[in-house]
Amino acid sequence: MATTAFEPIISGAWGQPKSWTLDHYRKRGGYEALKKALEMQPAAIIDEVKKSNLRGRGGAGFPTGLKWSFVPKDSPKPKYLAVNADESEPGTFKDRYILELDPHMMLEGIAIASYALGVHTCYVYIRGEFKFPAERTQAAIDEAYKAGIFGKTVLGKDFQLDCYVVRGAGAYICGEETALLESLEGKKGWPRLKPPFPAVVGLFGSPTVVNNVETLASVPHVFSRGSDWYAKLGTDKSGGTRLVCLSGTVNRPGVYEVDMGTTITQLIFDDKYGRGMPAGRKVKAVIPGGSSAPVLGADELDVALEFEALKVKQTMAGSGGVIVMDDSSCMVRCLWRVARFYAEESCGQCTPCREGTPWQTRLLRKIEEGRGEPSDLELLSNVASSIAPYPPIGLGNTICALGDAAALPTHSFLMRYRAEFEAHIHEKRCPFGDKPWGAFGDWS
Amino acid sequence: MAEPLFTPEEQKKFDAGIAEILSHYPPDRKSAGMLPALRLLQDLKGWLPPEGMRLVAKHLEVTPERAYEVASFYVMYHLKKPGKYVIDVCTNLSCALWGAEKMLAYLEDRLGLTAGESNEKFTLRETECLASCGTAPCLQVNEEHHESLTKAKLDELLAKLT
Repeated sequence: MATTAFEPIISGAWGQPKSWTLDHYRKRGGYEALKKALEMQPAAIIDEVKKSNLRGRGGAGFPTGLKWSFVPKDSPKPKYLAVNADESEPGTFKDRYILELDPHMMLEGIAIASYALGVHTCYVYIRGEFKFPAERTQAAIDEAYKAGIFGKTVLGKDFQLDCYVVRGAGAYICGEETALLESLEGKKGWPRLKPPFPAVVGLFGSPTVVNNVETLASVPHVFSRGSDWYAKLGTDKSGGTRLVCLSGTVNRPGVYEVDMGTTITQLIFDDKYGRGMPAGRKVKAVIPGGSSAPVLGADELDVALEFEALKVKQTMAGSGGVIVMDDSSCMVRCLWRVARFYAEESCGQCTPCREGTPWQTRLLRKIEEGRGEPSDLELLSNVASSIAPYPPIGLGNTICALGDAAALPTHSFLMRYRAEFEAHIHEKRCPFGDKPWGAFGDWS
Repeated sequence: MAEPLFTPEEQKKFDAGIAEILSHYPPDRKSAGMLPALRLLQDLKGWLPPEGMRLVAKHLEVTPERAYEVASFYVMYHLKKPGKYVIDVCTNLSCALWGAEKMLAYLEDRLGLTAGESNEKFTLRETECLASCGTAPCLQVNEEHHESLTKAKLDELLAKLT
């Protein structure tokens, strides 16, 4: 796994021996930011995070300091921090590397956030399939307890903090923040209707902040080098650097830390990152932010991997998962794979999503196998619109955003690659024949 | 007389595990321990026998139906006894672009199983994204990831399992 980085803040220590240990982290200045934060008033900590322009790295990109400020200060109930380490969006695999290679960076972020929010219990919810990352995280937590970072006092300050790992059991929907809370409460992961938002009514009915792993790992840097420094690394509306996950048909897939100005073209072709396409292959399409992000065509890739710039292109930065498809890939089959995922992972609570996602999948399979009829494209579009119309993004007919996530790829693939769908129907077969996955379809 | 669910050794581990799990939650929120408690049971028995789920429910002070409801929602819990090795093959987009569908077909052929089927030794399943997109194609065997799989590497892995 290549980990070359432009401005390595989060990934700087990856690849170094024992980078995941407390000793190594401390030698790099680890937990100095926590010491600084513990000298500050909680409100001042939240202000610093606001000034840093740190935005959530889980997918929605919500400003972190603002989210923290929604927690009521005078609530008589205990407050909680829930770390969202339920990384499950196809194309996204960055948080895994933080948990495996530098978990203390996240733990320091947890301690700073907890102190700022008056939280005494934090749960790190890790997707069930992440056995090794969960073990590494638990080992780091154990080290932190022994070193007096967690426990009855935090680095000697009169402030108690406990931190527990909870492993999920295989349900993508639990990455949705309210479903995550339901799961933490020992239930099936059914998202809750919002409002009320978790900051007011969250875990066990108490105020709760849910933050992504990378978001919390970014927090110590805001305090070690200052919010101004952190804000300057990014754009006007988004501070810091980003981890992006490059996968699909490129020479060097991997997790790369980039500045907010790095374009998709640079990510794919630059020697520091993807090193281009395999010989004889061209880029056909790119999903820029995890499988739910609307697809971009090959002529749209000179766009920065940054929240606002991608929004202008009617897609999104999402979870940082960039998936590249080459010119021999069948778009119908690619979309079928994505659609199948959402059908499998729908929790079944809302009718449009429960019924619509398998319907999309069946229609796509039918078209891919050459059994499609001309009316199927209209039907497919209508089914997707019943789940979530397009545009706008984020106003679907379901309780949570999984419905949007399932419909957006369908709308965007149909919009950009309609001719390919029509060709399947007219030719009554897949025009890509027995190699629909492109150059790498011949696994050996 | 029915055979006891746990051996004395397993019973000890279960009791200690449940006590540890419950210590992580407020005393009036015992039911929050459901996921880790079911995992504990599955780690000990290899699956979730109904009498085990009833026991978990009793410790967590909920109905057995609630334990079943949760267990049946999540794909990693086994409501039936699986093969000794549970193989989950990711066939989502990034893995598929690196030939995962063909890798699954090869596995089906080698194991004599269709995805979704089990025999005493193997349970083969098609799964949705294991977050190994940069090291595709990928599968996991009993929750251990195996990444960047070529046919040679997969043959080597199968030789170890068989």
